Order: sequence, then C-alpha cells, then structure tokens
Amino acid sequence: MALALAAMLAGSCFFAASAQDRDSTAISEEKNWASDTTLSIDEVMVVATRTSQEVVPVQMLSGEKLRSLGTHSIADAIRYFSGVQIKDFGGIGGLKSINVRSLGSQHVGVFYDGVELGNAQNGIVDLGRFSLDNMESVSLYNGQKSATLQSAKDYASANAVYLRTKKPRFTDGKRNNWNIGLKGGSFMTVNPSVLWEHKISDRLSLSASTEFLYTTGRYKFTYAKQDGYDTTGVRQNGDVRMTRAEVALFGDIEGGYWRAKVYFYDSERGYPGAVVRGKFVHQDRQWDDNFFAQGSFKKDFAPWYSLQISGKYAYDYLHYLADPRLDVTAMYVDNRYRQQEAYLSAAHRFKPLRWWTLSLATDFQWNSLDADLRDFVYPLRYAGYGAAATAFEFGGLKLSASLLYTYIHDVLRASDAEMDDRHQLSPAVIASWKPFRDIDLELRAFYKKNYRMPTFNDLYYTFTGASWLEPEETVQYDFGATWHLIRSRGRFRGLDIQADVYFNQIDNKIIAMPTSNQFRWTMMNLGYVEILGVDAAAQGYFRFGPVDVSPRVNYTFQRARDLTDPTSEWYGGQVAYIPLHSCSVTLGAAYSSWSFNYSFIYTGERYESSANIPENYAQPWYTHDISLTKSFLFNGWELQATALVNNILNQQYEVVKCYPMPGTNFMIKVNFIL
Amino acid sequence: MRINTAYTLFGLLSVCLAGAVITSCRGIEPITPSTGNEVTGGSEAGEVKGFFLLNEGNMGSNKATLDYFDYATGVYTRNIFAERNPGVALELGDVGNDLGIYGGRLYAVINCSNLVEVMDVETARHIAEIPLPNCRYITFDGGYAYVSSYAGAVELDPEYRRGYVAKIDTVTMQVVDTCGVGYQPEEMAVVDGRLYVANSGGYMAPDYDLTVSVIDLATFEVCNEIEVAPNLHQVKIGGDGMLYISSRGDYYGHQSSTWVVDPSTDEVVRELQLLQNSDMAVYGDSLYVISHSWSNVSLDYSTGYAVFDTREGITVTRNFVTDGTEEEITTPYCIAVNPSNGDIFLTDAKDHVTPGRIHCYGQDGVRKWSATTGDIPAHIVFTRKQLKSLDEI
Repeated sequence: MALALAAMLAGSCFFAASAQDRDSTAISEEKNWASDTTLSIDEVMVVATRTSQEVVPVQMLSGEKLRSLGTHSIADAIRYFSGVQIKDFGGIGGLKSINVRSLGSQHVGVFYDGVELGNAQNGIVDLGRFSLDNMESVSLYNGQKSATLQSAKDYASANAVYLRTKKPRFTDGKRNNWNIGLKGGSFMTVNPSVLWEHKISDRLSLSASTEFLYTTGRYKFTYAKQDGYDTTGVRQNGDVRMTRAEVALFGDIEGGYWRAKVYFYDSERGYPGAVVRGKFVHQDRQWDDNFFAQGSFKKDFAPWYSLQISGKYAYDYLHYLADPRLDVTAMYVDNRYRQQEAYLSAAHRFKPLRWWTLSLATDFQWNSLDADLRDFVYPLRYAGYGAAATAFEFGGLKLSASLLYTYIHDVLRASDAEMDDRHQLSPAVIASWKPFRDIDLELRAFYKKNYRMPTFNDLYYTFTGASWLEPEETVQYDFGATWHLIRSRGRFRGLDIQADVYFNQIDNKIIAMPTSNQFRWTMMNLGYVEILGVDAAAQGYFRFGPVDVSPRVNYTFQRARDLTDPTSEWYGGQVAYIPLHSCSVTLGAAYSSWSFNYSFIYTGERYESSANIPENYAQPWYTHDISLTKSFLFNGWELQATALVNNILNQQYEVVKCYPMPGTNFMIKVNFIL
Repeated sequence: MRINTAYTLFGLLSVCLAGAVITSCRGIEPITPSTGNEVTGGSEAGEVKGFFLLNEGNMGSNKATLDYFDYATGVYTRNIFAERNPGVALELGDVGNDLGIYGGRLYAVINCSNLVEVMDVETARHIAEIPLPNCRYITFDGGYAYVSSYAGAVELDPEYRRGYVAKIDTVTMQVVDTCGVGYQPEEMAVVDGRLYVANSGGYMAPDYDLTVSVIDLATFEVCNEIEVAPNLHQVKIGGDGMLYISSRGDYYGHQSSTWVVDPSTDEVVRELQLLQNSDMAVYGDSLYVISHSWSNVSLDYSTGYAVFDTREGITVTRNFVTDGTEEEITTPYCIAVNPSNGDIFLTDAKDHVTPGRIHCYGQDGVRKWSATTGDIPAHIVFTRKQLKSLDEI
C-alpha cells in the first residue's frame, strides 16, 4: 500500500502540470506569486512578499495550504518544514514542541503577530495550543529574520517561528465578514468557531475570533513484537477542553499602521502519560489560563527614517494536579504557577543611502514567576536587549551584520542570595549573492552565535535548580542556494528550490544530571553537540488544463553527534530522537471548486538515547494524510466542506517512546462564509 | 531545457522518496535479543554460579532490563528477559527497584509497573505477576515474601499518606495480608521474626520520615517504631547481627549517613559519621559503603568507597579500590559482594540515560573485569543455580 502510494506520487510529479501558487501569496490574490521584487519592511508586506527575498533560509505555509496540512494545530503544519523535529506526545492535547536543526526547543523563538511568546519558566512554547483557525501564515526562519526594522528579540533566538493571524480584507462595499465553522471527528472532537471582521472606517478594522474545542482524546493503540506479544489499549486521560478568544484592531496611518490585540486562552486537559507495562492509564490533570494584550505601531517618518514600537503584557496561570485519591500509585502534587511578563520594544531604521541601512533596536522585558512550591525563591527577571544592525545592497550582493547585547538581572524575592548579572554578545553575519542577471539563482551564507539564558526552572526549581548555570551557546554556519523558475504559459508554471548545508555547535548544553539517586537531579552545563545537516525543499507549480497542481518535497539530513564526554562508550552517538533522514511530500490539486491535498511524512530510524544500540532503536514511521474540500457558492455566501483522513495506513507508531500516536483518524469541517 | 531540468529534479526527488519508503517498510518489530560478551575467563564456579543484575531504566521509559553473569563461562549477558519471555507484553517494565531469589524463584520488583515479576531462577522464564501499587523492596522469611509499598490508602490529607508492607504467599503468589507502616517505606530486613522497615517520607520533602517500623511477623502488626534519621533507605544485617541503616539525608543540614540499630533492644547504637551512604553490602565482618553526593557548595560530587569493620567498629578504608580505576567511574550506584569468594561488584550509572557499567574487583581492590550493562544498573542478586542457556529451555 505504501509502495503504491509512493509510486502514484512519483508518477504524479512527472505528468502533473501547471499551477498558480496557492501557497506563498494566498494573502494577496491579486499579486502574482513571482512578481514581487523588493523586500518590504512592513510586516504585512513581508508576508505577501515571496519568501525567497529573505536572505536567510525561510519556509512558509499560508492560507488554504496551511489549513489543508494541519488538522488541529500549528504543530501539525510545521512538521512539513525541512530541518524540523516535532516532539509530539500524541493526541490533540499532548505537548508538541519544535526542535529546529537539532539545537533544541528552547532555541526556537515563537512570535505571535510580531511579538515573542514567552515562557520564562521552561522556555518551551507548546505549538499544539495554537489553532489554525484564524491563522494566515506560519514561517520558520533559520538564524534570524533579516528585516531591517525589527525588535531586538527578533535577533535573540537561534531559529524563529512567526505565526501571523488573518488581517481583515473587505471586498467592495462590505463592512462585515463572517466565518462560522464547525469541525468534528475522531476522538469525539468537537470544535466550533466564529470569526467576525468589521470595517469601522477606511482606516480602521476589527477582527474578533473565538473557538471552543472538546475532545476525549481516546484512541486505540497496539504494541506488538514478532513472534511475541500483541497488546492493544485505549489512550485515556487525553481529554482537552479549550476556549480561545481574540480581539484585534488594525489601524492604518499615513506611512504606517498600528495594531492592538487581546488574547485569552483557557483549558483543562488530562496528561495521557507514558504507556508502560502495568500502567496504561494516568490521572494527572492540568488547567491553563493564558492572557495577553499586545500592540505595535510602525511609521515611516521620512524616506530615511522609520520607527516601530511594540509592547505586551502577559499573564499565564498553570495548575497541575496528581491525585492519589484517583490513583493510589500517584505521588500527590498540587501546584499552581503564575507567570507575568511585560515587554516594550523600540526599533529605528535609518537609510542614509539607497544601498545602506542602519537599524537600532532596544527591548526591555520583565518576568516574574510565583509557585506554591516549598522553599521557592520567587524569581524576577529584568532583561535588556540592544541590537545594532546594518545592511548593504550592491547589485546582486546583499550583506548584513548584527550585534545583539543581552543583559539579565535576576532578583530572588524569597532568598537572600544575590544573583550575578549576565552579559552576552551575539553577533550574526548574513550574505547573499545573485550571480546572474537573468537567472533567479541566489547563493547565501550566514554565521550566527547565540545564547539561551537558563530558564527559571533550570536555575531556581526547588531541589533541581542550579543557580550557577551558564547560558547555552549555539554557533551556526549555513551555506545555501535558492533557485526560482517562472513560466507564464504551458503546463509547467514554476519551481522554487532551496537547499542549505549547515554546521551547528551547541556548547554548555544544559542537561539534567542525577545527583545520587533517581529522586534527585540537578541541571548542569555539560553537553557539547555538533550537527551537520542538509535541508532541501522544492515546490512546483503546474497547470494541467483546468487543474492546478502544486507538489512540494522537503528533505532533511542531520548528523547530530553527542560529543559531551570523550571517555564515554557512546561518544559521538547520534543525539536522541534525531533521525538521520526525514522528508515530507505534499501534493495539492485544485479544480474549479474542488481541492484535494495529499501529504506524506517520513521520519527515518532514530535512537531513543545517544547510546545507539538495538535496545534504543526506534523504527522509521510515516503517515499518509488526505483531504478533500468543496466549496459551494450561494447568493452572497459560501459554504466550504472538507473531509480529512489522517494516517490512512493505520500505522502504529511513536514519536516519543511510550507515547503511542493515533492510528487512522478522520475529521469533517464545515465553514459558512458570509 | 529548464523545464526538463525541473521535471527531472522533481522526478529524481520523487524516486528517491519512493525508494526510501519501499526500503524502509515497517514490519512488526523483532524482540530485542540479548547480547553476551566474554568479559573474563571461565572459572571453577564455587557455590555461587553467577548473578542477576536488575537495571532500573529511567522513569517513564519502560526500560527495566535484566542481565546475567555466569562464572563458569565468564560471559556477561545483557537484556535476557525479553527474549526468554516474548509473550510478556512490554517486557520487564518501568523502573526495576529490587531483586531477590527465594525458593528457586527470581523476584523483580518493578516500581512504576506496579508489580512483582516472578521468574524461574534457572530459566528466567515468567511464572507469575503480582500486582502491587508503587512497590519498592522485597525480602523473604518463612515461606512468605514481604514487599514494601508507598501506596497506602489516602486518609485525610493526600500529602501525608502512609505506606504498607504486603505479605505474599510464595506458593500461591497471592497477597495474604498487609500492614501499614511509616511514610514511603523502603528496604526491609528480618531478624528473629521481626521485620524492620526503613521509612523515607520521600514524598513529603523536606518533612522526611525519621523512623524504622518494626513488624511482628507472627501477628503481622507494627510492634515498635524506632526514630533514627531523616529519609531512611536501606537496612542490612551486619556480620555482628546489628542492623545497618542508611539515611539519604534531607539535602539541607543532614548529610546522608549510616546508622546502627541493635535489634535486641531496638535502640540506636551509633551513627557512623562521615560515612555517607548511597548503597551498601555486607561480606563477613565487612560493611562496604559507597557514596556519591552532589554538593551545591563545592559544585562537585564527593565519592567514597569505604569499608567498615563491624566487629572492630572502625572504618578500615575510605577507598577500597587500590589500582586507581575508580577514576573511571562517573556515578557509583550499586555495590554487591559475592558471599562465597568475596568478589566485589561496583556499578556505574553514568548519566542515567545511557547504559552503565559493572566492574568486578577482587578483595585486594584490583579490578578483574568490566562489562556494559543496561540503563542504571542497580540491584544484584547472586544465584546458586546456573541460568540455563536459551537453547536449553
């Protein structure tokens, strides 16, 4: 079956024909995907710009393509990018964190409408929490985004994911847009949503969106061995109840814009937990409340000067309960964590000459963490970020360099201990060159050194925290090329290819080490890892009569070697959970009001530990998903119906050991668009 | 021309992918076989034919495994349980916490799988599975197995929940009685019909339990409580008949240490100060104590390999390793001494997420051999019956 599908897929690439991009320009249909030429600074424009205008490697999914790839969350879609591993604990509610180019989840900055989503407690953003419902685009930047007007935090992570929600657009005369959706399917999932966009005036519009999700998170799984046991269970305690609400204002001013947004998320979920012998069911639960308000303002005051200001306040509440009254084997844990964050950024861009840009950005951030843990130190963090960057453009050559200064001052409210201030300098150099005038081939390279500050958990978690920790250091070298081909007639309409070779080093890697027994661990700066990788992606556009076909192929090679301890028997072993090879293929086809999407993900063999021995071997896994959408146009409104089937071969697989993933599952989605 | 290039590129990529899928089709996974290595020459086996080693495996990884060393052949075999028991779903389980032999049977206490796995000692084949929530340690007396468990019933406050000891009939493999003890009970020892249970209180840090519960086995009721030190862990019977009890300490003011209790009076006799204790083993009049503790002050581990003479009451040495090979040990975790020839076995748990090592030392403190184990090699039991090879069973 797998073979047949692969053959079909291979075949389709040969005979398929013609297309218009349904991918990178969905935001502005009027704009031909290949026609744009300059990298606009305006955030909104950047999205509309062909992503290849970026000088660093960037991958983007947007519009319908995004929605056809992801059934539930952003994490489902990001799996299709090169160089990415999603750590997925299974089901709708399981944690999904992203690891880019093997640098680790905490080296990925996640930005929501331009402002970073923080988690000072553990530094990890759960991408499973972010709905695709009101999302316009998802982009992944390696190194850093190289817009000339950006906040200092845009420079502050080794890799960054940018999530962009929909900006309202009104066709002539309309003042209101409605999109009412209902999604349901496997795991008893129900997910209604409403999006309302309102045009207040020509220069001001409002968008309000809300959704509710409930799922039991139950699914069957099987563990079997050749000539051995064959056991089936039902994943339990994976239920999720979630409500999200968002209100945003979009204002246009002369030479710029402003935005304001309020976000609220409330959820209760079970922890499905590890499936081990004798224990298939867990009882732990978690409640989350997340709130943030953010705003940004951008204006070109003069042809040579632009200003961008953004700010945010966030409050996050987490309650975790493990109750031995529900399960005698459990240790009683009942903890509440409250985090607050305040953030302000100002960025300036000067353009003294047509080919020369200077940027300066200063950010300030304040974080606090309260927890009802015994002997907790109640940390506060004051962080200052200053970034200076310059960019030159001569003909086909673009050069940019940036330097980020980070200052961290921690205060412990319940301890007399004084923490030393931390200072770090993070440089980056980026270059790209277009050697030929009439061939759209661009060569690029970047170098970046970056630090990840130890999180509050690393430093101050009662018992395990280690306040002496140094920041983790990453160094990245990347060489790559992009090539674009456009045809305005015929079956073949275009091709985007990008490929990068990179070498990364992680030093002072923060890892948990046991002290004297399994009860006591501490964090240490021990690890050293080197990663040699290749990311490659190709996207084709074909038009075959009335049918648009757009295949996309991504491939990742990563040799990530754990070089922590030269005396270890496992020195140089492939890092846990990093496959040597992984790839994805998607194939979109559109005909009149029908559209079809097929997607395939392959993750090669891995080991569950840097000891690459048979006991730790994990088989490759791969899933095939398909979806079919039909839209019906009525008088003034539209009905869209989509059916999706995921993992159609019902493969029983794990991404993380002891966390079984769902087999075949389906989903039906109906949207009324008015 | 370029169009052809594009087609070709796409074609190539697709063919590669199709190839990758075809060649890597998933079958049902085979059982992971054991791996045997001749680590030393075969020797005239004395009364002790070999030993079993239980690797804990990290919590939530279902990686408890069983190893076996055979004196006659000098072969150390890793991971013997899975291939001998292909029908036992999910293998040995999650976190192996104790190992014992009684009446021709090998008992493995699998903590997070909430069960005691009972095997035939000559074949390591599964005989029975005794469900016991949050079970910790096992000891035997008079036809019964006694297993400590953290999972007592919740009374009023779920934070303060006593543990219990289960009494298991080793013929029927059924729990026949239980007896409530202190908080989070750990190792036990039987002296003259009385069971001494070390209570840790590990779930209530920093309010650790301080006591040893004494159970009269005739009535199976607690008959005494002895206050010793915070966070008690192991109980061994010394060559002098005294009870040697380890305390993990409270990680603040109280360091880990070793205490002596006289079972004839149930009184604390003395504290063996400066004898931090991660694990201990008795051999004749010697008490071997290893220690490995992290200090937040010096930002380093302090490690010790001490021998205490229980007859003389003195510490003979703080490092019984005489050839300098202790430098190669990262995380000393478990110690055991062969009662028939005095071979000392020391395990190294390394970083807890990769396989550890076991080292064999002679009584002269010189290393004889080493072998790679499973993850977190932690519990050793010597067997007087040689394990049959896979072909013989």
